Amino acid sequence: MADLSIDFCGIKSPNPFWLASGPPTDKAYNVVRAFEARWGGVVWKTLGEDPAAVNVSSRYSAHYGKNREVLGFSNIELITDRSLETNLREITQIKKAWPDRALIVSLMLPCEEKLWRDLLLLVEATGADGIELNFGCPHGMPERGMGAAVGQVPEYVEMVTRWCKTHSTLPVIVKLTPNITDVRMPARAALSGGADAVSLINTINSITSLDLDRMVALPVVGNSGTHGGYCGPAVKPIALNMVAEIARDPHTAGLPISGIGGIGNWRDAAEFIALGAGSVQVCTAAMLHGFRIVEEMKDGLSRWMDGKGYKRISEFAGKATANTTDWKYLDMNYQVIAQINQDSCIRCGRCYVACEDTSHQSIAQLIDAAGTRRYQVIEDACVGCNLCEITCPVERCITMAVQDTGKAYMNWTQDPRNPQAGVR
Amino acid sequence: MMIESLNYLPQPAASNASLAERFTDLAPAMTARQAAIESARCLYCYDAPCTRSCPAEIDIARFIRNIHDDNINGAAHSILKQNILGGSCARVCPTEILCEDACVRNHVEESQPVMIGLLQRHAIDNMAFAAHPFQRAAATGKTIAVVGAGPAGLSCAHRLAMLGNEVVVFESRERPGGLNEYGIAKYKLTDDFAQKEVAFLLEIGGINIQYGQTLGGDLRLTELHERFDSVFLGLGLGASRELGLTGEDAPGLLAAVDYIAALRQADDLTKLPLPARVIVIGAGNTAIDMAVQIARLGAEEVTLVYRRGVEAMAATSHEQKIAKANQVRLRAWAQPQQVLLDDAGRVRGMRFEKTLMTAGRLAGTGEVFEIAADAIFKAIGQSLDVASLSDPLAQSLQRDGNKIHVDAQFRTSLPGIYAGGDCVAPGQDLTVQAVQHGKLAALSIHGDLTAKTEAS
Repeated sequence: MADLSIDFCGIKSPNPFWLASGPPTDKAYNVVRAFEARWGGVVWKTLGEDPAAVNVSSRYSAHYGKNREVLGFSNIELITDRSLETNLREITQIKKAWPDRALIVSLMLPCEEKLWRDLLLLVEATGADGIELNFGCPHGMPERGMGAAVGQVPEYVEMVTRWCKTHSTLPVIVKLTPNITDVRMPARAALSGGADAVSLINTINSITSLDLDRMVALPVVGNSGTHGGYCGPAVKPIALNMVAEIARDPHTAGLPISGIGGIGNWRDAAEFIALGAGSVQVCTAAMLHGFRIVEEMKDGLSRWMDGKGYKRISEFAGKATANTTDWKYLDMNYQVIAQINQDSCIRCGRCYVACEDTSHQSIAQLIDAAGTRRYQVIEDACVGCNLCEITCPVERCITMAVQDTGKAYMNWTQDPRNPQAGVR
Repeated sequence: MMIESLNYLPQPAASNASLAERFTDLAPAMTARQAAIESARCLYCYDAPCTRSCPAEIDIARFIRNIHDDNINGAAHSILKQNILGGSCARVCPTEILCEDACVRNHVEESQPVMIGLLQRHAIDNMAFAAHPFQRAAATGKTIAVVGAGPAGLSCAHRLAMLGNEVVVFESRERPGGLNEYGIAKYKLTDDFAQKEVAFLLEIGGINIQYGQTLGGDLRLTELHERFDSVFLGLGLGASRELGLTGEDAPGLLAAVDYIAALRQADDLTKLPLPARVIVIGAGNTAIDMAVQIARLGAEEVTLVYRRGVEAMAATSHEQKIAKANQVRLRAWAQPQQVLLDDAGRVRGMRFEKTLMTAGRLAGTGEVFEIAADAIFKAIGQSLDVASLSDPLAQSLQRDGNKIHVDAQFRTSLPGIYAGGDCVAPGQDLTVQAVQHGKLAALSIHGDLTAKTEAS
């Protein structure tokens, strides 16, 4: 079996699956259950100043799919609402009882160096393996000058990271907010400040849905709603891109990344790792299904690695990064064309109407004497957009076949159709 | 009714309440949760095969999407717009040979079509309109006579009323609904659904139903033709086919439809005559309805006899399963040869001759057997009641075989007279098809009258 253990900027963990800072890591009881379920590590729910934050009721809402499966999840919960003393005591006990697991402590404070120094000393005394700086929380805390309010200003990110590196010997992971135009900027700032790693993404500003009778956004508190932090499967594509952006940025190349955002199974995890993540963090999936999911995640990842011949996580970590490039470097001579397997086609007509109404009119509807429909690709018209393959409800019925154009690789910078080609 | 000829038979021993429990919904309604899950399975096909196979042309993908999007009234409206009897059709349609057979999820790999019939019922059962969902167009000043308050006539009347016409419906029985009221198995249309549906249909206004009016009896086509701007004949098939055997009129032998009608109308099921041993002759859905209902009423032995093989039965496989589940014995490859009577001249059984196919024709083998029975029900098909077309004008209607000839616009050979439903030539004798005929005939009648008005 593949070795799932990792060394993430000096933090060792028996597997790459960590519980992200959030409700599941709020207290010893939950964390013990998580470790009993064999999670590799946890990032303890964010500590702050005393007195602790106070939370409202209700706190969560969801964006549902067709079968009421949760596609996206939103929360308006703040950082820990328990006393600092209680949290530090439990962290100390847990680390002592579970020495082989990674225990990282998430922190959030106002931008005053003394506050950070004082808390860092207390955290270091717990025996925790590292700290994660919560510069990403998008709800509630930014109104108080913390969380995303810091993460959105690269100068603040760099400054606070430097304080942490100055006043602590622990590895410093800077957690980034996606509520920003270019995620590479705070990542570069974190690196400049001496960060050992970044973790991303934190949650995205969101309103999941409305109660149309009460005309109020969910989750409802009294007669109002507010924007929350969005996470779950729906944010995975956004997170993957942001991880890739940092992984392939020459300024931050090699900076360890802990991937977060909609990870719910081994495949999601493998994708984050392939794009450059050295560990992955999970929250929503555990909140929806319980801690037991880590067993399937570990089992699936390990079997997939065995099948591919990867003995360690590091053997495939970042392997897809080099294949992620700018649009201008894509091969202009590459061509795929849709192929419909008539034997598995169920004649639903979805590919046809999608292509006919919104794409390139490249699928013909043929009707025989018995009225039976047959959908056939008009190869000359097909641009290879993948829309028909996406709309098809039958797996592998429509495939995109690579055409042999006989032409060599040529990107847009080399393309004679580009007015700027060759211009420096 | 002829069922009185069975009054010498005993009556069910069970109480009315316990008998009634045996006639509750055979296919109960979906819960809202089931409907949510099932509607999510619909792939929202384009040019959907289910809709193409629906005789009433209901936009199935659309109504299912509306159910899923929590727009039940929208779903119901799109069903009723095509089929005003969508509620009863959801219950009685042989969906297994129509929409659900065509469903793309019914392919070999999955073999699990979306439950379209139950979803349609869910939409209709749960609709909540503040007023009738269809409004009448400006009055045309035309009045049309509709003969028959069955599915074809009612559908025609509703559409004509919607188009701004006045309609007088002439019905020979005491209640409207036709086969929905008198002919469908009790457990398929429970809770007086047929009457509730007609009441809903009549909410549109402009439709006056007169009962006890029989064409060929007190009602004459000549008069209707003179008095009304147009006439629609939705006569149904009032006559039961004969076996052509001696003893056909003996007590103990009668048409299945007559017993079913009595059972459907009975307020007290314990008052029905109940034979202990029953033979049902036929292979269609009426034969199954008869056999299953008499079994549920308490008959001890019910044998369904068919002269051909099971694969040739008109009853769908779904119907055959219902029969099996109710311990109905099926005897194929046997044809009636002789009605066996006791000393009192009452049915005591039937002698059958075994059959086989030889050179593409059905033939008797000469080998016979007898089945003892206290009653025999024939369900070998219905035909147009010739008595209803007895007046001179009616007699001049062109026929196709023993049905009324109509063109593609449901015009008969006589100007101003239209026909649809089971009494016309093209068709499969399905409720949903009768509804479609009535709807299309109404459009045709309205169009012809409008054209005539504009021309004059």
